[in-house]
Amino acid sequence: MRITCPICGARDRREFYYMGAAVALDRPVPEADAAAWNAYIHERDNPAGLTRDLWYHEAGCGAWLVVTRDTISHEVHGVTLASDMRAGG
Amino acid sequence: MRFAQGGLIDREAPVEFSFDGRSYRGFAGDTLASALLANDIRLMGRSFKYHRPRGPLTAGSEEPNALVTLGEGPGQEPNARATTCEVHDGLVARSQNRWPGLGFDLLGVNDWAAPFLGAGFYYKTFMWPKSFWERLYEPLIRRAAGLGSLSGVASAETCDKAFAHCDLLVIGAGPAGLMAALAAARAGADVILADEDTRPGGALLRESGEVAGQPGAHWAVQVSEELAGMDNVRIMCRTSVTGVYDHGTYAALERAAPATVRREGAATETFWRIVARRTVLAAGALERPVAFRDNDRPGVMLAGAVRAYANRWAVRPGRAVAVFGNNDSAHRTARDLMARGVHVCALVDARHGARTDLDLPFFPGAVVSRAHGGRRLEAVDIRMPGRSLRLRADCLAISGGWNPSVHLTCHLGARPVWDADLVAFLPGAGAVPGLDVAGAASGVFSTAGCLESGWHAGMAAARALDLKPVEAAIPKAEDGHYDIVPLWAVPGKGRAWVDFQNDVTVKDVSQAAQENFRSVEHMKRYTTQGMAPDQGKNSNVVALAVLADATRDGIPETGTTTFRPPFTPVSIAAMGAGAQGMGFAPRRLTTSHRVSLRRGAPMLEVGLWYRPSHYPRVGEATWRESCDREARMVRESVGITDVSTLGKIDIQGPDAARFLDFVYTNRFTTLAEGRVRYGLMLREDGHVMDDGTTARLGPEHYLMTTTTAAAGQVLRHLEFVHQCLCPHMDLRLISVTEQWAQFAVAGPRASALLEEVLQGPLDLPFMGCRAVSMGPVGARLFRISFSGEQGYEIAVPSRYGEGLFSRLVDRAEALGGGAYGMEALNVLRIEKGFITHAEIHGRVTAFDIGMAGMISKDKDCIGKAAAARPGLLGAEREQLVGLRPVKSGAAILAGAHLFEEQAEAISRHDQGYVTSTCHSPALGDTLALGFLRNGRARHGEVVRMVEHLQGVETLCRVSDPLAFDPAGGRMRD
Amino acid sequence: MIDLVAKSPCADLLPLDIGTVTLTEVGPERMTSLAPYRGREAALATVLKQAHGVTWPAPNRATGRDGARALWFGQRMALLVGPAPDARLAAEAALSDQSDAWAVVTLTGPGARDVLARLTPLDLRPDRFKRGHTARSDLRHMMASITRLGADRYRIMVFRGFAETLVHDLRAAMERVAAR
Repeated sequence: MRITCPICGARDRREFYYMGAAVALDRPVPEADAAAWNAYIHERDNPAGLTRDLWYHEAGCGAWLVVTRDTISHEVHGVTLASDMRAGG
Repeated sequence: MRFAQGGLIDREAPVEFSFDGRSYRGFAGDTLASALLANDIRLMGRSFKYHRPRGPLTAGSEEPNALVTLGEGPGQEPNARATTCEVHDGLVARSQNRWPGLGFDLLGVNDWAAPFLGAGFYYKTFMWPKSFWERLYEPLIRRAAGLGSLSGVASAETCDKAFAHCDLLVIGAGPAGLMAALAAARAGADVILADEDTRPGGALLRESGEVAGQPGAHWAVQVSEELAGMDNVRIMCRTSVTGVYDHGTYAALERAAPATVRREGAATETFWRIVARRTVLAAGALERPVAFRDNDRPGVMLAGAVRAYANRWAVRPGRAVAVFGNNDSAHRTARDLMARGVHVCALVDARHGARTDLDLPFFPGAVVSRAHGGRRLEAVDIRMPGRSLRLRADCLAISGGWNPSVHLTCHLGARPVWDADLVAFLPGAGAVPGLDVAGAASGVFSTAGCLESGWHAGMAAARALDLKPVEAAIPKAEDGHYDIVPLWAVPGKGRAWVDFQNDVTVKDVSQAAQENFRSVEHMKRYTTQGMAPDQGKNSNVVALAVLADATRDGIPETGTTTFRPPFTPVSIAAMGAGAQGMGFAPRRLTTSHRVSLRRGAPMLEVGLWYRPSHYPRVGEATWRESCDREARMVRESVGITDVSTLGKIDIQGPDAARFLDFVYTNRFTTLAEGRVRYGLMLREDGHVMDDGTTARLGPEHYLMTTTTAAAGQVLRHLEFVHQCLCPHMDLRLISVTEQWAQFAVAGPRASALLEEVLQGPLDLPFMGCRAVSMGPVGARLFRISFSGEQGYEIAVPSRYGEGLFSRLVDRAEALGGGAYGMEALNVLRIEKGFITHAEIHGRVTAFDIGMAGMISKDKDCIGKAAAARPGLLGAEREQLVGLRPVKSGAAILAGAHLFEEQAEAISRHDQGYVTSTCHSPALGDTLALGFLRNGRARHGEVVRMVEHLQGVETLCRVSDPLAFDPAGGRMRD
Repeated sequence: MIDLVAKSPCADLLPLDIGTVTLTEVGPERMTSLAPYRGREAALATVLKQAHGVTWPAPNRATGRDGARALWFGQRMALLVGPAPDARLAAEAALSDQSDAWAVVTLTGPGARDVLARLTPLDLRPDRFKRGHTARSDLRHMMASITRLGADRYRIMVFRGFAETLVHDLRAAMERVAAR
């Protein structure tokens, strides 16, 4: 598997650390209710198809990345810097 | 017998090798199979289950029968295919799966017992008693059925592992692959051309036809020389592409040439990861046999293999050769053999109305129905409408048609597609992104067609790579039409082999269908068809055709089983290349490592780090004696230990303090410059991630310390929090762990020692830090303690680490102290109730360890919301406690569970567990830390520790985790 | 006065000559990580150029020359190699001394690329990984910084504590390549 890091280019998957669904970007406000926190911490979809994951280019540039990929075809549709996603939204 | 002339062997280079203890001669360019056949040796193995005598069926890597063990001693290689093994001087090969010998094999009795050993016999026969399975049945079956074995001794031979990158990977260097490589390379693409054979050419090496007016093999040499002369081409012979993975990643196994292996330091095999933007699969096609009675007799070979032995290796395949097929491959074999002067006693063609211009006994519309003979073929039965006849023959060449090598196209999950005209499965369209199939692998069977299809695939790849392809003429070659009628099994009595390697017959497949294992996947598991090292390359299509016939489903409806990596066997040694010994995992060594070794310290692995366990002194017989002495030393005078392995992270920037407030439960904005504070870090789910101290070195400069074990995880977490949760904060993070060698100086005489080393007063309050210098060397001094004693940590740039450690230990010894290791460090912190990852193991909360108060009420932090959930607080939680035996000196074991004194020790009554334990010299007793339900309210109670593994039970009194110097005066003052 | 002996990470391990390839230790040399604060990239580049004559490196590039070099070292980060950092840099960027944190070696000679290809998944083809290119990647199980300094000359850095493993892994690869 290869991931095209926006900074480093296409790299072997062994350079990356996998975290999980990009849901982790959307941290609730501190006052949010228990259901919101529970969803944020524990609830994950298991899609057959498009998924958005967080990967860390640990052995490379050190950037956290949002990778959009297809769990059926394994095609990677896009990779963006997580910090850009946050800055943009 | 060898023809006097011809072949692609080097007659100037004879070689001597041995097979089953006898010496033979061959030539460079021979395989073991061709050299043995040239010596008139046919019998090369015994079959897996029935121990039937077997000779080679093929001339390639798909060989099911001629499996041998190469070499002797530790590095012996079992199950090597004689058909691909290159002979060389000194080669030692042995046959397998026979006893006492290949010619006379006592286990051949299995063949007579065959009526009882059919499909599913394991499942039906060895049902009971259950206890017999491990002790009797399995060992018996393993001895009776099997292939070669490993030596059981570690081999000194080495394998290698490497990465390669290219624009275009061409798999297979036959006519299609050579043309594809040529087209793309001339356009400027960076090409890797991989082929499992020892030289490029593929089918051209076995065929007698011409390409561009010259023998095909010569043309292949010419083209490969042109390719080899180009900077952008890498030809990898002896390299089998074994697997296809995502995004253009391919695995390949390269065997070293015999001459290379003899060199010092050489690898026998190299396991490659090749990354390609485009790929052309030109892996050719494999000929398939026809099932008929006793079709496994030595001397029965595939028609193309017989041509290969005759044309490529100049081996006379027999004195009287019969040829049998359902397509023109049979005719080509008959023609080539006759041209060589070999007596062809019959050409049997299953096609009605087939014709030949050859002058030989020709039987159109006929089949071979039986082979006769034992250790070698003696005669064949030919069955025609209305009559049959027996002919003497010592070789039978058969062709049931060709199976395109679709295997690699299936590795990402695609299914091949049945083509009724070609009577074969073809690669599914778009099976592998970026991969095109050319030549026989795509169902193009004429040489001219292969050249053309390869050329077009190479041109298409060049265009896809945004290169400008260069047009050129495609060389002229044989352009025959592939005409075939389906023929899978010749009906009749007796056993007709489908899977030679796993001894599966037509009857076994039919029986599977009868017993309702009708799906091809079920049939495979029930009969074991296709599960041998050849992975069904010779048998899959025939087997499913027989199954389709038995179930009356069509072939396309029946489908195939899944082809998975590897295409050819890959040894674990190759995949694990470089991982023996030191290569298994990196060793991370401190600057004091060698000094500790010189002082006799055994090393403990802590993650990748190596840390000293203890420093034995003369007269100390056990680690405990050293450990007790070192712990006392720290309490009474001064000890030195290396703490460089703790993670150190530089955190700088205008928002550094705010960021720390967010990742730690407690406040750091309020930390003064030159001061250090203990911090607790949670995961977002409310459990403790790590702890450590953070120093404020400057207005916007903090230095965080993590535990050794969690250093990587914490930096990753900090980067996550910064980049993903608060990218608006202005701060920068970098690890400085290895920049600094840091040593703890602990004990009542720590100040005295450091004042001497630093030549001045330390002038540092508890939890303070400041820059100091030792001559020209800038250093940092921290007043922190993990031992409960007056404690300092001094950090210098790592280049000075070894020097400073030696100096500190020398001074400490002069003061009655010395170096202490991990064991003593552990004792000291248990006495103080300080936690490590033995306690914060991932399932405990700040509440559990008594630090709920550290979660600041007036700010948010990671994990704060979750930590407040009802289930993570309260009396039901297991809380950190200290434990001491009621009976002084009794053992408390880490990992043991705690129960109420009278309760039965079962999981339902579980009250908690022990995490850390030691003998405390300061208290003169066993001391432990653990977690106990509602433990903080139970100080003074007695609980029972039960350790089922060693059968140890100890009554323990629950106490505060802080056992030594509860007021903390020793470290503060 | 206390006089501490300095020791380099690969002392006693290098140099190494196997086949056509040589492995030597670099340094000691001053190395400082430069990580610009928000919006200070341009200012940092200016100071770096003025103070040290070195251009701020684009991602995966190295600038400068022997004696004063800047290696791209990660997301919005560079490693200044050679000079002691000018005090003005600290106003624009987080500076951390890294001089002692790394084992630094040079792999030189025909075949150096084949040796590296045994250890790193990087695409090292000469027209992709050119002179002046640098990358953060894996070197077997270690995080590394790899820079191509010349036709057959690479600078390789791993954490200091891995020095012994670095030499072990490179030596093994050099032996395999020499035997091919």
